[in-house]
Amino acid sequence: MDDIRLVMGSLNTNQVMDQLAMVAPDAGGIASFIGKVRASGVDALELSYYEPLTLPSMQALASDAHVRFDLMGLVMLHRVGELAPGEPIVCVAAAARHRRDAIEAVDFCMDHLKSAAWFWKREKRAGQWHWIEPRAADHADLARWAGKNAPV
Amino acid sequence: MAVTIIFLGPLRDLAGTESREVPGPLDWAGLLDHVGEAVAEQLTEARINVACGGKVLSDKTQLSAQDGEEVALLPPVSGG
Repeated sequence: MDDIRLVMGSLNTNQVMDQLAMVAPDAGGIASFIGKVRASGVDALELSYYEPLTLPSMQALASDAHVRFDLMGLVMLHRVGELAPGEPIVCVAAAARHRRDAIEAVDFCMDHLKSAAWFWKREKRAGQWHWIEPRAADHADLARWAGKNAPV
Repeated sequence: MAVTIIFLGPLRDLAGTESREVPGPLDWAGLLDHVGEAVAEQLTEARINVACGGKVLSDKTQLSAQDGEEVALLPPVSGG
């Protein structure tokens, strides 16, 4: 049972985790990652997206995660719009019979959300907006999955 | 009817607008003509993708957008 969504308003990560635990009662473990806006140094963060591509790319990523890992439930929620310091940007959680599948699925989904899903991010610092370019490290993180647990 | 060009991420700032309607049909040469010099220069770089009708083109120079379709200019992404 998956929950893959773009979130316009605030993101209640506790509620999301409770729901995943409920829909996957036989899971032996749930792993999660919450990405957030750093509390200092940034006035605001804005995530933009392209409707015809962004959610479909997240759904395709979820399907890929199910092929690679033995999952009982997957949550992938991504904020869009303007966010304040301290707010969660993204919440990925996976429930699985065994911990390794859950942990690796979250890692896999985050690496792809960072540098292979259709989002554009800019930060407001000292009153000025700055677009965030993908870092070389993000691409290196993504490359780790090439061939690993790949669908046959 | 027209073709709508959508400027995403930093390309929006460069174009000075979120979208622009141009007469269809629209091919690659027409796209470069309609987006302004600064965006056209970016578009020729491999790191900028182009989607037409909700599908990312494997070869953007083969663009062939018809009236009523949307052409999205997609710079490198940064999510999460």
